[in-house]
Amino acid sequence: MEFFRIKKDIPFMRHALTFNIISLVTFILAVVFLFTKGLHLSVEFTGGTLIETHYQQTADLEKIRGALGKAGFTDYAVQNFGSSQDVLIRLPLKSEQNSNQIGQSVMKSLEAEAPGAELRRVEFVGPQVGRELAENGALALLVVIIGIVIYLAFRFEWRFSVSAIIANMHDVIIILGFFAFFQWEFSLSVLAAVLAVLGYSVNESVVVFDRVRETFKKVRGLTTPQVLDHAITSTISRTIITHGSTQMMVLSMLIFGGETLYYFSLALTIGILFGIYSSVLVASPLVMWLGVSREQFIVKPKVIEGANEDGAVV
Amino acid sequence: MNRYPLWKYITIAVALLLGLVYTLPNFFGESPAVQLSSAKATIKVDARAQARVEEALKAAGITHDGIQLDTVGVKVRLTSTDMQLKAKDVLEKTFNPNRADPQYVVALNLLTASPNWLTSLHALPMYLGLDLRGGVHFLLQVDMKGALTKKLDSTSADLRTVMRDKNIRHGGINREGERIVVKFRDTETRDKARYAIGDSQPDLLVSETGDASEPKLVATLKPEALLKLGEFALKQNITTLHNRINELGVAEPVIQQQGADRIVVQLPGVQDTAKAKDILGRTATLEIRMVDDSTGALEAALAGNPPYGTEVYSERGGQPLLVKKQVVLTGDRLTDAQPGFDNQTNEAAVHLTLDSAGARIFKDVTRENINKRMAILLIEKGKGEVVTAPVIRSEIGGGRVQISGRMSTSEANDTALLLRAGSLAAPMDIIEERTIGPSLGAENIKKGFQSTMWGFAAIAVFMIAYYQMFGVVSVIALASNLLFLVALLSMLQATLTLPGIAAIALTLGMAIDANVLINERIREELRSGMPPQGAIAEGYERAFGTILDSNITTLIAGLALLIFGSGPVRGFAVVHCLGIMTSIFSSVFVSRGLVNLIYGRQKKLTKVAIGQLWKPATATVNGKK
Repeated sequence: MEFFRIKKDIPFMRHALTFNIISLVTFILAVVFLFTKGLHLSVEFTGGTLIETHYQQTADLEKIRGALGKAGFTDYAVQNFGSSQDVLIRLPLKSEQNSNQIGQSVMKSLEAEAPGAELRRVEFVGPQVGRELAENGALALLVVIIGIVIYLAFRFEWRFSVSAIIANMHDVIIILGFFAFFQWEFSLSVLAAVLAVLGYSVNESVVVFDRVRETFKKVRGLTTPQVLDHAITSTISRTIITHGSTQMMVLSMLIFGGETLYYFSLALTIGILFGIYSSVLVASPLVMWLGVSREQFIVKPKVIEGANEDGAVV
Repeated sequence: MNRYPLWKYITIAVALLLGLVYTLPNFFGESPAVQLSSAKATIKVDARAQARVEEALKAAGITHDGIQLDTVGVKVRLTSTDMQLKAKDVLEKTFNPNRADPQYVVALNLLTASPNWLTSLHALPMYLGLDLRGGVHFLLQVDMKGALTKKLDSTSADLRTVMRDKNIRHGGINREGERIVVKFRDTETRDKARYAIGDSQPDLLVSETGDASEPKLVATLKPEALLKLGEFALKQNITTLHNRINELGVAEPVIQQQGADRIVVQLPGVQDTAKAKDILGRTATLEIRMVDDSTGALEAALAGNPPYGTEVYSERGGQPLLVKKQVVLTGDRLTDAQPGFDNQTNEAAVHLTLDSAGARIFKDVTRENINKRMAILLIEKGKGEVVTAPVIRSEIGGGRVQISGRMSTSEANDTALLLRAGSLAAPMDIIEERTIGPSLGAENIKKGFQSTMWGFAAIAVFMIAYYQMFGVVSVIALASNLLFLVALLSMLQATLTLPGIAAIALTLGMAIDANVLINERIREELRSGMPPQGAIAEGYERAFGTILDSNITTLIAGLALLIFGSGPVRGFAVVHCLGIMTSIFSSVFVSRGLVNLIYGRQKKLTKVAIGQLWKPATATVNGKK
């Protein structure tokens, strides 16, 4: 089997501007959704109580809502979780005194109105913990970005590290944009997925950049766009196969992993799809705009008399 | 060129063997067990206890699958859960004849069913997190301000004793916020007092305020003493939690400090979360204070303006009682509390034993306050209740005190237990709680396992179809990666959670990247006309730099998650980071070793099975089978 039978380098860079505009539009849309709709943050970040119960028969959500209302709870959210027998109840933070007992009192009120509930999981998060988690998440994101920029600048060149990080930030923002647009729940595990995507899709850019460097060193007489086209074309088969394999694993999690891993794998799926796009079609044009050229990769020979000022002795 | 020296093959073989040995315990599952451990520091569970366990079980006719003694205690493996419950009852009766004062903790547990030779190699199954085995997780915040107030209250009491001992007359010692204010009649006494305080209380920072007509001393805690107080409060609370959890009978509780003022408590396998929370959250402390019985004072207090330095509490029966704010004694001075009965009235009672300092204070106070009333308060969750307020008939020495008054036997038991389990040095709040039912845990394991299995199967089928022999090599490398990862997790006993399982799956999905890179490179070299041996060598050589770069960037993200993440994120990050490291080893060295074994020996290798090779234009297709 051989999927990719590419005769000539595909002229990706000819359409660089188009790709960048598409990216920019998606990016702006994502930012707009983030600001207008905002993220639907999970209890871990907002603080509050989350109770998962299981019924032997199909759960009657109306009855459960009624029971909670009667027991004096307000602002609760009741929904099915995975199956019609599993119910998720969310309660906002209240005054500190009774928060510890919420799990018990909810189960008690359910017992009266909608009996047969089995308590499966209770999560209570106080307000200060939620804030800390959000802060730490932002800090982790920052450290990842700085770490990757430094590493790539050290291994390659600042142009590469800047374009790689811009391309991948664009992935992250787009994932967040999806979560904002569809109001999917943004939990800690989704955050983990987002950060994993950041590392993973930089990966992708690294592979292309490696090729760019190699091509610059080996082949002479190519223009920068040609070099980039060649690098992308010769790695495209690996790109698709690798991401396809990873996606198979993620798909398996999406199908078999249950509700807990659902949004985690969803974030990864979006991340992988946009990761391919961005590292190939965003990072590379950016490198080009930033003015990468052959001279940056060849070791300068000793100054030879008559060499031009650039030191590019051909 | 495609040959490894022998030592490389041996390294790979040894790594694989180790991986296999440490992965093995995970396949044996677990068998029910009962664990006996000590509930008190003074009691050691040793070989004699083991013999007693054996005897007791024999007498009850319970057959077991082996008894072992380790640092935690004696563990008995049993054949069924029925036997497990029976054995627990038997051991409970033998080792804790007095239910009110348990000396040992008898808890249900699960032990790995793997053979002993594996256990003796410290090859244990992975340590499952609460979301996989069910249980309770609490994050408790210690209220350091509360610790400070408590400390200042007891310091005020100490200062009063100092003044009395040195015959210094003062106009009142009171805590005002975070400082203690002492009033005097004249500056001369104040100077004397200052000297005395400096001598006896080195932790206090004392300064003079007020004018000549009303001289005062203001004492605050020194910064270093404050720091020490915080540390002490945290330690004390952890110890107290330990004692309380011992009473619950949990097999493997985790009680750890987190940050400067937080404590994590994890109770795996605990089903009755309500009780666990109740016992953990209870912060009962004992306080002994004097009752203000002066005429009209109580009425004034009830009308909303209590006399200075007093407050209203209610008695068990509900009647209000005016109690002085000044604390005579706190629960810190308590060495023991036992439930029992009053000798004369046969009412249920709690017998307290005070330490020597406490006994002395108690003796002084009772001598000076004959015919006055003294209130014994039980402070729970910030609310106080007067257990009893007896009239002092005579001086009480010896440090033995009895509390009785409208208590039932079980209330007496509870009160004694709470007091004995130690008081908390500072109040605590539950700021995070996760309770996971056992059925959900088992389901999570199943889901995680299935995701990984099907994902792996899909990748394996594809790789073999696409790259043929090299696909097989890649899949074996990937399988060895899984083996190393599981072995490493078992060896380190890192906590595996559901996000951890997700990380295993994701890491495998990402690790195949390295092999795809290598295989694609080899194909490329073949396409450009290089002979197979050269192409293999070149392919591995060239791909390595890229693999390293891409793995390091992924590792940066993983490490950041590990450092800043908490809870589920950390569980993910640990596995992710370990997985990246094992994947470099397996995808590069293990797969190369295999390829070398398969192809390296053939001198005249004309073609390799790496799938169909398509060459552009007119070139002959010699890679095609």
